[in-house]
Amino acid sequence: MKIYGVGILAACFLIGHITGDYLGKIFHLTGNLGGVGIAMLLLVIGNDYFKKNNLMPSETENGILFWSTMYIPVVVAMSATQNVRAALSGGWLAFLVGIIATIACYLLVPVLSKLSKNIEKSKL
Amino acid sequence: MNDLTKLLDKNGLVFAFLIVSAIMYTSYFIGKKLTNNKIPGAAIAISIGLLIAYFGGEKGVASIPAFSGMAILGGSMLRDFSIVSTALGASFTEIKKTGLVGLLCLVLGTLIAFVVGGVIAYFMGYQDAKSITTIGAGACTFIVGPVTGAAVGASSAVIAISIAIGVIKSIFVTIATPFLAKRLGIDNPQSAMIFGGLVGSTSGVSAGLAATNTKLVPYGALTATFHTAMGCLLCPSILYYIVHNFLP
Repeated sequence: MKIYGVGILAACFLIGHITGDYLGKIFHLTGNLGGVGIAMLLLVIGNDYFKKNNLMPSETENGILFWSTMYIPVVVAMSATQNVRAALSGGWLAFLVGIIATIACYLLVPVLSKLSKNIEKSKL
Repeated sequence: MNDLTKLLDKNGLVFAFLIVSAIMYTSYFIGKKLTNNKIPGAAIAISIGLLIAYFGGEKGVASIPAFSGMAILGGSMLRDFSIVSTALGASFTEIKKTGLVGLLCLVLGTLIAFVVGGVIAYFMGYQDAKSITTIGAGACTFIVGPVTGAAVGASSAVIAISIAIGVIKSIFVTIATPFLAKRLGIDNPQSAMIFGGLVGSTSGVSAGLAATNTKLVPYGALTATFHTAMGCLLCPSILYYIVHNFLP
């Protein structure tokens, strides 16, 4: 049943958030430290484990897949409910950061490709 | 008219489904017909979202009573829930094939975007730890920005900037990738995975690789999904902690 998949997702989400909150308290920071990231890792690990042991029927998986197709629509709704008027003063900032940070990442692609080829060669 | 507003307000979430589906349809139509798939529909849809938020108030379009449901659909709970579900597209067995370099490009991709974003933010007048962290996270993807912003408690204006950064990145990656692919050596699964891990932005990477060589899309999208997970893990935790201690 699809709800089983939704249940697995809910469990990962809550464990991630609880851990994130707990980490926040340990480090004396307000907020949730990496809760979403932890939840994602849990789901990846869980999914690998369930698949290997044939515990994930496609119907269960569909329950999770539905939500992953909803993520862009949800992000659209989120964008529509931000304080954009106040953000406009930072319009140039968005543009600069978006372009410069991306170019910086692009430049590293050939470097790491070469590195991975060298590692493979040294293995052979 | 007043009755209609009341009804829409009362059934806000359902009305939000209708609005967002209309935005999605329009955006994918524009992306397909007017830009010939050069700009991903997702990026157009998010831009329309930001645009209509402008006509609202502090809570964007949700400041208008009839549209209050948008705040439920786009609120932190459903947002984090649906983002976590995208991790299903990522598999450890697959990423293990890139080995140590795969992990390295995920960490480096997040770090470089974060540092570049944070430094520019600092020099443009955003000097508190919460804003710098959120803007740096926005330089990863349009998901990592708002997730981080909400986690550390940044202002809605800064979160909006971080979404805009991610959207610009996604559009830039889509348009630039086909032109740069050859020069950067992105012509095999291995380099496509490295590219996805470094750049992130799943929608931009998928659309950009689709225009380059469709066979490379799943490889790039796989590591790009991990990039988002890595960003959501590192930005609101270790990286925020470091920024917080440098700039109280």
